[in-house]
Amino acid sequence: MEIIIVILSSFVIAFISPLIYRIFKHLTGWVLSLVPLALFIYFATYLPQICAEECRTFAFVYHWVPSFGIDLSFYLDGIALIFSLIITLIGAFVVLYGGEYLRNHQHINRFFMYIFLFMGSMIGVVLSSNLITIFIFWELTSFSSYLLIGFNNERAESRYAALQALLITGIGGLALLAGFILLGQMGGSYEITELLTRGHLIRAHSFYLPALILILIGAFTKSAQVPFHFWLPSAMEAPTPVSTYLHSATMVKAGVYLLARLNPMLGDTQAWHDIITIAGTLTMLVGALIAVSQTDLKKILAYTTISALGMLMLLVGVGTVLAIKAAMVFLLVHSLYKGGLFMVAGAIDHSAGTRDITRLSGLWRMMPLVTIAAALAAFSMSGFPPLLGFVGKELIYSAKLQAPNASVILLISGIIANAVNVAAAMMTGIRPFWGKTHHAKCKHIHKVHTALWLGPMLMALLGLIFGLIPNLISMPLISPAVSSITGSQVVFNLQTWHGINLVFLFSIITFILGLMFFFSRNRWRKISTYLMFLKPLYPSQIYEKGLHGLLSLAKWQTKVLQNGYQRFYLITIVCFIVLMGGIQLVRLGGLPDSISFAGVKSFEIGLVLLMALAALAAILSKKRIAAVVSLGVLGYGVALIFVLFGAPDLAMTQILIETLTVIIFVLVIYHLPSFKNFSHRGVRIRDAIISVLAGIMMTFFVLLSINLQLAPTISAYYDENSVILAHGRNIVNVILVDFRGLDTMGEITVLAVAAIGVFALLKLKSKDH
Amino acid sequence: MNVLIISPVIIPFTTAIILLLLFKLKSVQRYISLIGSLVSLGISISLLVHTIDSGILSVQIGNWPAPYGITIVSDLFSAIMVVMTALMSLTVNIYSMIDIDTKRIQYGYFPLINILLMGVNGAFLTGDIFNLYVWFEVMLMSSFVLMVLGGERKQMEGAVKYVTLNLISSALFLAGLGILYGEIGTLNMADIAYTLRATADATVTGSTAMLFFIAFGIKAAIFPLFFWLPASYHTPPASVSALFAGLLTKVGVYSLIRSFTLFFVQDATFFHEFMIIIAGFTMLTGVLGAASQFEFRRVLSFHIISQIGYMIMGLGIFTPLAIAGSIFFLIHNMITKTNLFFISGVVYRLKGSYELKKLGGLYASHPWLSIFLVISAFSLAGLPPLSGFWAKFALIKAGLQSQDYPIVFIALFVSMLTLFSMVKIWAEAFWKKQPSQKNDFKSKLSARDYIVMIIPIGMLALLAVAIGIGFEPLMNICMKAASQLLNPELYIQSILGGYPK
Repeated sequence: MEIIIVILSSFVIAFISPLIYRIFKHLTGWVLSLVPLALFIYFATYLPQICAEECRTFAFVYHWVPSFGIDLSFYLDGIALIFSLIITLIGAFVVLYGGEYLRNHQHINRFFMYIFLFMGSMIGVVLSSNLITIFIFWELTSFSSYLLIGFNNERAESRYAALQALLITGIGGLALLAGFILLGQMGGSYEITELLTRGHLIRAHSFYLPALILILIGAFTKSAQVPFHFWLPSAMEAPTPVSTYLHSATMVKAGVYLLARLNPMLGDTQAWHDIITIAGTLTMLVGALIAVSQTDLKKILAYTTISALGMLMLLVGVGTVLAIKAAMVFLLVHSLYKGGLFMVAGAIDHSAGTRDITRLSGLWRMMPLVTIAAALAAFSMSGFPPLLGFVGKELIYSAKLQAPNASVILLISGIIANAVNVAAAMMTGIRPFWGKTHHAKCKHIHKVHTALWLGPMLMALLGLIFGLIPNLISMPLISPAVSSITGSQVVFNLQTWHGINLVFLFSIITFILGLMFFFSRNRWRKISTYLMFLKPLYPSQIYEKGLHGLLSLAKWQTKVLQNGYQRFYLITIVCFIVLMGGIQLVRLGGLPDSISFAGVKSFEIGLVLLMALAALAAILSKKRIAAVVSLGVLGYGVALIFVLFGAPDLAMTQILIETLTVIIFVLVIYHLPSFKNFSHRGVRIRDAIISVLAGIMMTFFVLLSINLQLAPTISAYYDENSVILAHGRNIVNVILVDFRGLDTMGEITVLAVAAIGVFALLKLKSKDH
Repeated sequence: MNVLIISPVIIPFTTAIILLLLFKLKSVQRYISLIGSLVSLGISISLLVHTIDSGILSVQIGNWPAPYGITIVSDLFSAIMVVMTALMSLTVNIYSMIDIDTKRIQYGYFPLINILLMGVNGAFLTGDIFNLYVWFEVMLMSSFVLMVLGGERKQMEGAVKYVTLNLISSALFLAGLGILYGEIGTLNMADIAYTLRATADATVTGSTAMLFFIAFGIKAAIFPLFFWLPASYHTPPASVSALFAGLLTKVGVYSLIRSFTLFFVQDATFFHEFMIIIAGFTMLTGVLGAASQFEFRRVLSFHIISQIGYMIMGLGIFTPLAIAGSIFFLIHNMITKTNLFFISGVVYRLKGSYELKKLGGLYASHPWLSIFLVISAFSLAGLPPLSGFWAKFALIKAGLQSQDYPIVFIALFVSMLTLFSMVKIWAEAFWKKQPSQKNDFKSKLSARDYIVMIIPIGMLALLAVAIGIGFEPLMNICMKAASQLLNPELYIQSILGGYPK
């Protein structure tokens, strides 16, 4: 039960946060940050339990949609715990920070609402043990991300970025849904706990590869892997607390989480290793190389985040115990330092009014505490001993060294990416603070509010403490997480210092390379401008062109189809009727073998010829009146047919209607000008062909109906019972008013409505007439 | 019990008669119609409950035994649709209180919507194919008059296209009826089903079935027969568009599902493939149409088409889950689509335009309207756990199970584009700043009137959330309805008392 409260609390807070804001105003951030803090403490109490013996705890199941096997089922294990702790801890800092950062924003109350909506969804993703439930929360994180990226809703750029992120992650979401349904079909359940026991069946199933690819698309879009990465830098349009939280620390890691979670079930196949490792490596390199050429603090951080996500992804792809261990440590490291650096960037932006690194320097005088936090985070990011980043990087290098395949490539690309990280860390965490203060370049520098430096400082200190005493996290946090990902018990300790070995040598190379990158950053920027000729190949450009192309296609097809010409609509519909009716008649053998005219009397032929002539005259005549009169002749012909076949009352009705129609038509036409524009010859031939075809088709249908008598008709009953039961001698009348009286009631209603319509049309005239 | 089954037809009819008698009393008409819709809702729910409890219910009008008289039948599918109709009626009645001007009331607005509702309910409940035709006529005539009521130029243009193309449907329906009657000599749907099952060479009726498919297809606005819908739905007042959006095409879909599960099952393989192809084109052309539009109601109109495609997809897949998915999709779509039209009307009242380019700023000024729009729009786009997600989920799952991969792919792709155009409405009309030069409109909507209009919107938005969260019980009913549809011997037996061996 507790778990429901844990998840629901965020949603409830989301809905009442505008009310809370009304009470606490500018202190709301402080007040509301207590909620994630309490959740953090709550989760932290599980640290001692989630150790070696008790891998899953805290389980809860509510059979939500039992007919589909969709349960609200949750459990806490190592990987869920490490994610939950990150989500709630950084969540607490972000709520606190956001309250101050957006103090004067007109919709700050909605900020809290969206952030808590996101927090609840994200906790839901990592705690759920049902694929569909995961998917639901997953989509809710995309949705809240959409609202948050577009938080400055009046900026067109924000709306554009929000849409882009929504569409890219949305495509991934749909792929994921299809993948999950396939997975459910293969494994016979959506419950992860059950599917985990059927991994071998699933991996051997013919759906395995399609399902895997679909799920990977979902994970890659969410975690900004190449070629879907471009939405993440655009998402920097969001206010900085949002970037900190969703777009670096938590949501973008959902893809990594998902693959880690499914690893025991889907992992350890050739396709799994290859695809994930390649995508991860590419992403790591692309993110890193773009990062050095940026000048906006947030953009640098965004691209290094992409790089880091690539790193995590490739470690999951490598999949050895060591790699997973490295991934979990790096996950924690990255969340701590990147969250801190984002908040620092926001604090700088807030007080200096710019995020352009070429204009920032000497800020340490104004913001000494921020400087300390930034420096610690930057050192952790660079992998300096004794910070946790160092531990993480050493682990990654040794994991890559021992990778079963392509370890050299992985190592070299890893060293390049880490070197860029060093450079980026200096650009974002150190360079803005040292040197002289350029007051001219950044105006109105003011002091930094406590809420803005507290979070980064605490996170930086955590990075330092964990780096100094890594055993604080290794046993209670990292080992259980690694155990649940690899599916087997793993217990280990972490060490800060491994002595001088090969891995340490790589670290030194990384630093030297990193310094080179840093000092040549201006040159990199230039080089990147030379690469502009590649621009049409950028995924972001392809996205834009694709969207544009799709919209052009949409416009074109709509113009063609819904073109406003009634005759086109009619032609299309009639042609469709002829085509499909014809196909059916031919397919099913509905065409008569031969048409016999036996039994047709000569005056019947004469009558039909007369009607045909009248129809032709109606079509060919150039005056309206003549056409109407010809139609009248046709109508009387129909009446005569009724007479011939023994239906005098129908004939009478028909004659009345025809007469009235002709009279009314003549009255109306009298007021109309004569025809002026006649269709071209070609158009008339086309129309004639279509009409003739339609006529032929209907004729065949009628012939079929005459030839085919599948069952006796019910009309005999009316014949027998009309007098006996209904006491009427005129069978037609009895049918109309008794046997099928409801029909007549309906038809009378139609007439009444028509009368209202005529009345309203004549009397109620709008101004624009 | 007998009266209960026919009540959904009688109550709006009686209401319409009372309203016609009180033609001159404009001010009371609103309330009488509202009361009528409340009674309808109660009766419909009670009919649904009875149908769930005691299976298929039927009554013979005038006590003439089937198949000679007209049968009125309530199976679960019918009963669900009748409840939904009553719900639409209630919300439209509340909304119309403000939306409809006294001129239109003076010329019969309220009697007309009640007659339309009578026609719709008649169509859902009838067990007689000719009687279905009559209800189609009632619907067509009353919707046509509702469409022209007010006499604005663009209303006329739209209504002429509407009525002409729908008359083609009527003519084709009637022709098909005549031909079918010529072939098997009966009009009672259960009897048609019985006769066609009992006859060896019934396959040939597959050709007649095509006439019905196209006639109903025009009503349902499938590809390539949908032209009347985008040409007309954006012309009348928002209440009327909303009512039409919720009901009219759905009657077409209902008729397709009914006829192609109950009696036109002889040429099934062909028709199911054909339907899936049509469904794909309907989804795609509809959603692309919506993507190219920048008028609030035109975007919504094209989306109706696109979503009809999903319902046809379910019918084409033809598994219990797929049919249940189609029924659920119908329910979901009636709720959200009607609501979006309601919202468009309120936006028009506030800003004086339906053009997205001229709108903006509602996110800041109207938070509740914003929330309800987000719920409805994202529900339509299938965001979990809202109603649209489950509708999509059921159909995708059914499609994957029966290995119809192309249509599943199209359905997913289309849901992406649906999201795109829903977000377009949100970003343009709500998020964007009000473009200052383009709009000097001063809204005359008073705070009280705004609240009245937002009540039905809130109701429907809540419902979209509620049936998303409480999906299981509703889906159970849909599954039962689907199983009734796929086991027509129940239907046939309950009306004729026998089933062909």
